[in-house]
Amino acid sequence: MIRTATTDWGQLGPLLLENLWLTLYMVAVTLLVAGFLGLVFGILLYTTRRGGILQNTAVNAILNVLVNIVRPIPFIILIAALQPVTMAVIGVTIGTTAAIFTMIVGATFGIARIVEQNLVSIDPGTIEAARAVGASPWRIITTLLVPEALGPLILGYTFVFIAIVDMSAIAGSIGGRGLGDFAIVYGYGRFNWEVTIVVTIIIIVMVQLVQFFGNWLARKALRR
Amino acid sequence: MPPLVELENVVKTYGQKEKTNAVDGVSLAVEAGEIYGIIGHSGAGKSTLVRLINGLERVTSGRVVVDGHEISSLKEREIRPLRLGIGMIFQQFNLFRSRTIAGNVAYPLRVAGWSKADRDKRVAELLDFVGLLHRAYDYPEQLSGGQKQRVGIARALATSPKLLLADESTSALDPETTQEVLRLLKKVNAELGVTIIVITHEMDVVRSIADRVAVLADGKIVEEGKVFDIFSDPQTDTAKKFISTVIRNQPATDDIQRLRSSHTGRIINVEVHESARVGEVLSHAHERYGVRFEIVYGGISAIQSKSFGSLTLELSGSDADVERLVTDLRALTTVEEVAA
Repeated sequence: MIRTATTDWGQLGPLLLENLWLTLYMVAVTLLVAGFLGLVFGILLYTTRRGGILQNTAVNAILNVLVNIVRPIPFIILIAALQPVTMAVIGVTIGTTAAIFTMIVGATFGIARIVEQNLVSIDPGTIEAARAVGASPWRIITTLLVPEALGPLILGYTFVFIAIVDMSAIAGSIGGRGLGDFAIVYGYGRFNWEVTIVVTIIIIVMVQLVQFFGNWLARKALRR
Repeated sequence: MPPLVELENVVKTYGQKEKTNAVDGVSLAVEAGEIYGIIGHSGAGKSTLVRLINGLERVTSGRVVVDGHEISSLKEREIRPLRLGIGMIFQQFNLFRSRTIAGNVAYPLRVAGWSKADRDKRVAELLDFVGLLHRAYDYPEQLSGGQKQRVGIARALATSPKLLLADESTSALDPETTQEVLRLLKKVNAELGVTIIVITHEMDVVRSIADRVAVLADGKIVEEGKVFDIFSDPQTDTAKKFISTVIRNQPATDDIQRLRSSHTGRIINVEVHESARVGEVLSHAHERYGVRFEIVYGGISAIQSKSFGSLTLELSGSDADVERLVTDLRALTTVEEVAA
């Protein structure tokens, strides 16, 4: 039953703002840390392949197995499965910080795959041209791989941002709080559809803004 | 002076279970200042061969020496600085799409650690040399194929290498643009003194710019020598086939059939070159030998400003007179009977 009682925004408003802030905080930290780690792992996945500039079968196989193990696990299960690790690293298994840790683990391996796939699209000939003028692998990674794949990478990260927003809502289940948790507790839990719809709209607007910004940035990088 | 590039019994094997020799015991020497062609069909091993020279691919056995450095025994890390002295251009140009034309040309200079001011000066110099200074701030996708290759050449020359490796550098270009790029390569050789190794499957490229040529088949050099000598007197079938792609001055089987049906006299091929005074004999054919001749096929070309070619003649007259003329021609040059 949906109750149509008037919502007390005077009381819920500040709470909503606090949770919006928490969501942004969780998403930003995850995007930053997992974005960086995912980039490193993605580049390693790509460069350690056979014929890659850092060809290393063992490293490549280990990374591939890791990514293939973590990626298919539904995030809610990953939260439970990672509890011992979360405990060891963070000291607690609930709360915003614990949620962020789990999100970082989940997002890193997803990002690694996205980065790898975008790098595959680079013309191997350009890498050979860089090798032919004596560029080292490190120089090729920083001055060639990333710039050549920048457009698709930006779009990939935009996609990742939305996936992380999704993760952050689920993270509410281990006390991560944030908008998702707020909508469940104050909207769904109290039969207040108004709260649910307000939170939904906020998330939609947030995602749209980021998608527009990502598209614009990618277009600039691709010069189209 | 020792050769700039020396390959000694070089072998490159691919595959772990089924081994295939992409390069199978190649020895060659390229002298400083020359343009050396390596011609072969796709799969002959020429792209692998050229990559062994700058160490992009490593030899399975044998020695590769470039400018006194034994590339084949050095580590990747030790080869890297040497690559600044070996430019390379590619069939697909391989320009960096994320960089401007100027940025592409500056890339090797960054690797070499040049300052920004020095880089800018050198890039302007190079773009001027290849005639693309006005496109410095455009991106590669805005250029035509020929322009892209000119940028590739400017990039390859940035660090003033002694040696330039051209891997099928005109194969993606139309004939007119091909000539434009070949002229530029010739200018690079003549004005900058850069030694060039040209890898190609087009005999026309060899004819246009190379001094010497090696014919590669199944990873082996089957014929090597001065371009004029190979063209005028090819020894192997591979070389003959390559030459026939650009020079068709001898009638093919179907041409011979056509000639036979419309000409009744004796038909011969006469090789023409500068020292053989074939024309002098022919001009007296009637008065001295009582033989009339008709030119039914043939052509004369020039390689490195020396002409050579072949004429197919129909000779009519009494058998004895014709034989006398043929004998005198044989004294001057090679004469072949054209079989029915």
